[in-house]
Amino acid sequence: MSKSRQRVFKGQPTIVICSIVILLFFIIAALAPWIAPHDPVKVDLTQKLDGPSAEHWLGTDQLGRDNLSRLIYGARVSLGFAVMIFVSSLILGTLIGALSGYMGGWLDNLIMRVCEGIMAFPNLVLVLGIVGIFGPGLTQILLALMMVQWVYYARICRNMVVSLKGRPFIAAARVSGSSSWQIIRRHIIPNVQRPIVVMATLEMGWAIMDISALSFLGLGIQPPNAEWGAMIHEGTSHIRSHPELMIYPGILILIVVITFNVVGEALSERYGVVKR
Amino acid sequence: MIRYIGKRMLAIVPIVFIATLVTFALIHISPVDPAEAYLTAAHIYPTPELLEQKRQEFGLDRPILEQYLDTLGRIARFDFGRSYLTNRPVWEEVKMRLPATAELALCSILFSVLVSVPLGVLAAVYRKGWVDRLTRLISYFGASIPQFWLGYLLIFFFSVRLDLLPVEGRGGWENLVLPTLTLSLVLIALYTRLLRVSMSEQLEEIYVQYARTRGLPERSVVLKHALKVAMMPLITSMGMNMGRLLTGTIIVEQVFSWPGFGRYFVEAIFNRDIPVIQCYVFLAACLFIVCNLIVDLIQMYMDPRILAKGRTES
Repeated sequence: MSKSRQRVFKGQPTIVICSIVILLFFIIAALAPWIAPHDPVKVDLTQKLDGPSAEHWLGTDQLGRDNLSRLIYGARVSLGFAVMIFVSSLILGTLIGALSGYMGGWLDNLIMRVCEGIMAFPNLVLVLGIVGIFGPGLTQILLALMMVQWVYYARICRNMVVSLKGRPFIAAARVSGSSSWQIIRRHIIPNVQRPIVVMATLEMGWAIMDISALSFLGLGIQPPNAEWGAMIHEGTSHIRSHPELMIYPGILILIVVITFNVVGEALSERYGVVKR
Repeated sequence: MIRYIGKRMLAIVPIVFIATLVTFALIHISPVDPAEAYLTAAHIYPTPELLEQKRQEFGLDRPILEQYLDTLGRIARFDFGRSYLTNRPVWEEVKMRLPATAELALCSILFSVLVSVPLGVLAAVYRKGWVDRLTRLISYFGASIPQFWLGYLLIFFFSVRLDLLPVEGRGGWENLVLPTLTLSLVLIALYTRLLRVSMSEQLEEIYVQYARTRGLPERSVVLKHALKVAMMPLITSMGMNMGRLLTGTIIVEQVFSWPGFGRYFVEAIFNRDIPVIQCYVFLAACLFIVCNLIVDLIQMYMDPRILAKGRTES
C-alpha cells in the first residue's frame, strides 16, 4: 500500500466503528415495533418499579411500563426528529444560501442581515422563545429548531457560492446557455457537499441534545409517549429509590451524541473544514 | 483608539435594532391572542367584552408601525410591561432574580478558567502525555453529555449516596458547588482544547525559540511569553460562548431549583406569560452583543496590532 493511501485510511477505524454504532441505533429506531418486547405505553400498576427480570430485562418504571421497550421507542423520537430537523433546515438553508450568494446585491445583503440577527440570539433561547409563544409540543419544537438552524447552512452555502461564482467553469456553463437554476443544481450544490456533511454530522448531535433538553423541561414530547429526555425527567422523581430509571436514557443520549461528534470531528479533520 | 471603540459601538446599533424587531415579532407571529393569554394566565374567564377591553389596553387595535415604535420606546426605558401572571412590572421581577443567575454564571466562568488554563497548558507542553489524554476525554464527554443529566448524576452521587451536599435551592457555598460543576464541564471541555491548540501553536513560534536561546527558564517562557498570546482565542471564545452559558443556566436552574432568571423564563413559557418571554429573549440578545463588544475591546487592549490594522484600512 502506498504512503498516501495509508494516510487516507488512518482515521478510518474510529469513523467505521462510530458509523456502525450510529447505524445500529437507526436500525433499532426503525424496527422498534418489531423488536420491542412490550408495548411502551402499556400501564401495569401491579408491576411498578420492578427490578430486572426475564420478562422485563431492564425492569419497569413507576407505572409498570417496560423500560427496555420505552428506551427502544425513545430512540425513534430522538433520532427521527433530529433527522427531520437536519433535513428541513438543510434544504431551507442551502436553497436560501445558494440564492443569496448567486443573486448577490440587495437580496444577499438582506438575507445575510437576517442571518446575523438570528445568530445574535443564543440558539436555545430563541427556540424557547418561539416554543413559549406557540406553546409546547413536538411540532412547535421542530419548527423552532428549524427556524434557528437553517441560518448556519445558508451561510456556509452562500460563502461557497460566492467563492465559486467567479470560477471559469461557472462562466462556461452560463455562456453555454444553462439557466441559473441549472447552474445552482449541477455545479454549485455538488461543490458544497463536503462542509455540509460535516455540519450535518455535528448538528445531529446538537439536535438530539436540544430535543432531549426541551423534553426534559416538559416542552417537547407529551406523556405517555417515550422520549429519552422526558424519561430522565420522569426518572428523577425516583432518584432515591430507583436511580437506574434516569441513568439508562442518559447513557443512550451520551453514546449517540458522542458517536456523532466523533464522526463529525474526524470528517472535519479529513476534509479540512473549519467548524462554526 | 477612541475612534475604533466608536466604530464598534456603532456596529451594534443595527443588531440591537434587529433584536428589538425579533422581540416585537414574537408577539405578532403568535397564534394566541395576547389579550386571551393574559386573561387565561390571570384566571379570568375571557368574555368578548373583556377581550376587547384588553386588546385596547395593549394597543393591539392600533397600526402595527405605531405599536412597534411604542414598543421600542418602552424597551429604551426598560419597561417590558407587566407580567400576565402577577401583574407586576416584568423588569422588577427580573431585577430580583438576576443576582442569582449572575452568581451562578460568574462562579462557573471563574471555575472553568481556573481548571482549563492549567490543564490546557500542561496538555500543550506535555503533548501525548496523560494530561493531554485526560483533556481529550473531558472534551468529548463535556461536549456530549446532556447538562440536565449530568446535574442529576451529581445530585445522585453527592447528595443521595454520599449525603455531602444539598440537593437544591440557593444559600451558602455548598448550594453553589453542584450547579457550578454542572455548568462548568461543557466550558472546561471547550476552553481546555482551545488553549491546548493555541498554546501548541505559540510554542512553535520564533519568539519562543528566541526566548529559549536567550537562556530563559522554560517555565517563564511558557507562562510569561507564550501563555499571554495563547490566551487570546480563549477570551474570544468566552465571549462567543456566552450563549451556551446562558442556556446552561436555564437548564441548571431548573435541575437545582435555583431561583434565577432562567427558571423564571421557563415558568413564563408554561404560563404563556408573553412579556416575560419577550424580556428574556431581548436581554439575552443584548448580553450576547455586549459580551462580543467587551471581547473585542479586550483583544484590542491585549493585541495592539488589531488597532494598527484598522488604521491602515481606514
